[in-house]
Amino acid sequence: MIFCMPSICLYFQVHQPMRIKKYRVFDIGKDHNYFNDSSFTALNNKNILEKVAKKAYLPANELLLDLLKKHKNFNFSFSFSGVFLEQLKKFNPALLKSFKALVKTGRVELLSETYYHSLSFFYSLPEFESQVELHDKEIFDLFNKRPQVFRNTELAYNNDLAYWADRKGYKAILAEGWDTILGWRSPNFIYEPNIGQAKKGKKRIKLLLKNYKLSDDIAFRFSEKRWKEWPLTAEKFTSWINRINGNGEIVNLFMDYETFGEHQWKEHGIFDFLKALPEKILEHKDNNFVTPSQAVEKYPVRDTVDVPYIVTWADSERDLSAWTGNNIQRSALKNVYELEQKVKKTNNKKLLDDWRKLQTSDHFYYMCTKWFSDGDVHKYFNPYESPYDAFISYMNVLNDFKLRLKEKSKGNCAGRIKIVE
Amino acid sequence: MKVFMVGWELPPLNSGGLGEACYGLAKALSKKGVTINFILPYNLNIKSDFMNIMYANEKVSGKKILGPYLTYSQWLKAVKSGSVGFHDYISQVLEYAENIKDLAKKERADIIHMHDWLTFPAGMMAQDVMSKPLVAHVHATEYDRSGGGFLNGNVFRIEKDGLERSDRIIPVGGRVGKTLVSKYGIDHKKINVVYNGVEDPQKPCITPALLNLKKLGYKIVLFLGRITLQKGPDYFVKAAKIVSDYYPKAVFVVTGSGDMQTQMICEATNLGVVDKFIFTGFLRGVEKDSIYQAADVYVMPSISEPFGITALEAVKNRTPVIVSKQSGVSEVLQNSLKVDFWDVEEMANKIIAVLKYKSLPKDLRRESVREIVNLTWDRSADEVLKVYKQLI
Repeated sequence: MIFCMPSICLYFQVHQPMRIKKYRVFDIGKDHNYFNDSSFTALNNKNILEKVAKKAYLPANELLLDLLKKHKNFNFSFSFSGVFLEQLKKFNPALLKSFKALVKTGRVELLSETYYHSLSFFYSLPEFESQVELHDKEIFDLFNKRPQVFRNTELAYNNDLAYWADRKGYKAILAEGWDTILGWRSPNFIYEPNIGQAKKGKKRIKLLLKNYKLSDDIAFRFSEKRWKEWPLTAEKFTSWINRINGNGEIVNLFMDYETFGEHQWKEHGIFDFLKALPEKILEHKDNNFVTPSQAVEKYPVRDTVDVPYIVTWADSERDLSAWTGNNIQRSALKNVYELEQKVKKTNNKKLLDDWRKLQTSDHFYYMCTKWFSDGDVHKYFNPYESPYDAFISYMNVLNDFKLRLKEKSKGNCAGRIKIVE
Repeated sequence: MKVFMVGWELPPLNSGGLGEACYGLAKALSKKGVTINFILPYNLNIKSDFMNIMYANEKVSGKKILGPYLTYSQWLKAVKSGSVGFHDYISQVLEYAENIKDLAKKERADIIHMHDWLTFPAGMMAQDVMSKPLVAHVHATEYDRSGGGFLNGNVFRIEKDGLERSDRIIPVGGRVGKTLVSKYGIDHKKINVVYNGVEDPQKPCITPALLNLKKLGYKIVLFLGRITLQKGPDYFVKAAKIVSDYYPKAVFVVTGSGDMQTQMICEATNLGVVDKFIFTGFLRGVEKDSIYQAADVYVMPSISEPFGITALEAVKNRTPVIVSKQSGVSEVLQNSLKVDFWDVEEMANKIIAVLKYKSLPKDLRRESVREIVNLTWDRSADEVLKVYKQLI
């Protein structure tokens, strides 16, 4: 067998939630705007977007556009959440334009996900399907692209999801290359999900697994001075890639796009690193970049990976516990999802949209009490004073929402629908 | 190691947290092999099997000792009414210093450790005699007691003298440590914060009367502490009014006594919620634990609280806690709800949330119990020992 150098597959997740403002019990029944915080806190969605755009998105986009022009063999992929794109349209059209310019080069693949960045797959299949449809429609409207590769919120994945994506005709699906699902195997190959035999003449969906060690070296450890590899240079990183030679065909580097400028700062050299990376990688003529759909065209399936339980890309547990681990999270999730039928019966666009915005996974992440007292990454990402504060605002909002729902249900169905308080 | 510990009160003859804290710390230190001579100003006839209790004035007993928490305004009132002589307040403290001389001459020690301003003159006197390193433990300052209002200049002077003279200062929280730097001009290098510990409750049992209320579907919101300016009882009443407008089945239990009790009742009457209030008076031991256990939420709206041990007592009794951000305990208890003491609307919002959303008290309880496992007197004693060892 002839071994070639591995392909690099870059995917950047671009998402900003619609954070719920501080909403007190006294606001119930009076204030129906949940996402319009105008304070100087980190709950002000407009301010946050502006800040991150300035620090991260705009300079990173500019840099990537230059890199695409400079290196004909450079490419990568984005996955945008719908709520992010919605905020761009409303608050920052210039940034939207700059993303469009990147996509126009034809070398940026766009992935599919839920519009509302939700975990709805695990709560309601019809709702999940509607949200994916909405997302793909939005991508088509804005970028004139039809996504062919699926990635679920928080990279939450199991066999069932792969089965669904296969049936929907997606070419590939992304997941965390977590040790417990791989065993001795390496994430640096293309796999197939464990969903039975394909029908005759039909191609089965393929599985791309994140190389979390190399991805997190950039996304999490880049500025960490206590890390023995600090400072990380493009040269050093490329030498690690080249070492894979013969032991893998593809290196999937999946990370939040905010890595560039927001999580890792310009002052610590993250843009210099990104700028130098393609050149260093491409110095070796066998190396190349691929997008996810190119990857599955280029390489064969090497094995089947069975994931009967849910695997995500979060925390050391790689499960859903950051979103569903405690009582307040589970009760909030239960309370929002049990409204589905009632919301849909009203046929009210605004109600449906608000209800869906309340499903965004970040709301539940903010309620996570895991490691809360140690003050780690959860605290860093939490715009609320505590997980409990996040829960209180959320539940108060949900109670206001229930009142509106009750009001609308009366009009439509002559009071037949009883709302559980 | 031998410590000459200069105290003011000890349980059961204590009026609040100072005596409890001294007792808990001394007990844990003695378990670690430290010999403690615990000095009290007068003969209070207290027995202990782990330390030597000594009285600076053996002959005088039963004399009414002024509580350690008198504020300047209370003192003025007492002086005006004639119940306390003009100089009584300070004179007891100075008398203590005079009386401790003989004890200090007889006893040997490696460290002198004093607790709050009442013991500072006596502690300094002991150092004059014994020439040993001096440690000041700060449970509260005049700034905390007066809630930032009228300071007693004499008390402030005594505090400042004692703090300046000390080789090391141990405040019970980071907030009070900052006060020592900003208001008393103390060098931060001399300061080591050591948080208080808390004991496990004696018995899990619930007061039957409150149980009946609970069976009727009422929820209990608890205020427990001295009913004085420092503890923010007036803010509690204002929040109670808002809560009962939105949550009629809430009952407000007030445990403790103090000079603002009448004011508290008047305020509750004015706001039309006095029928929702139950005043239990001062409770200790099992009775206190049972009231914590009856409560659905404990609220500590203190204006200025160097530590706030009651919040940890509540957690030990598995009660969710709302504390003011102006408390030392809020620095160590992440799994609590925090409010600014003046923000009564937010206080009410959080009280209602705990009463209304069942999963919230569940998680607060579970996580806070887990969180304070290490907040023991044993751990506090280890940190105090570290300070001692740096001095000898």
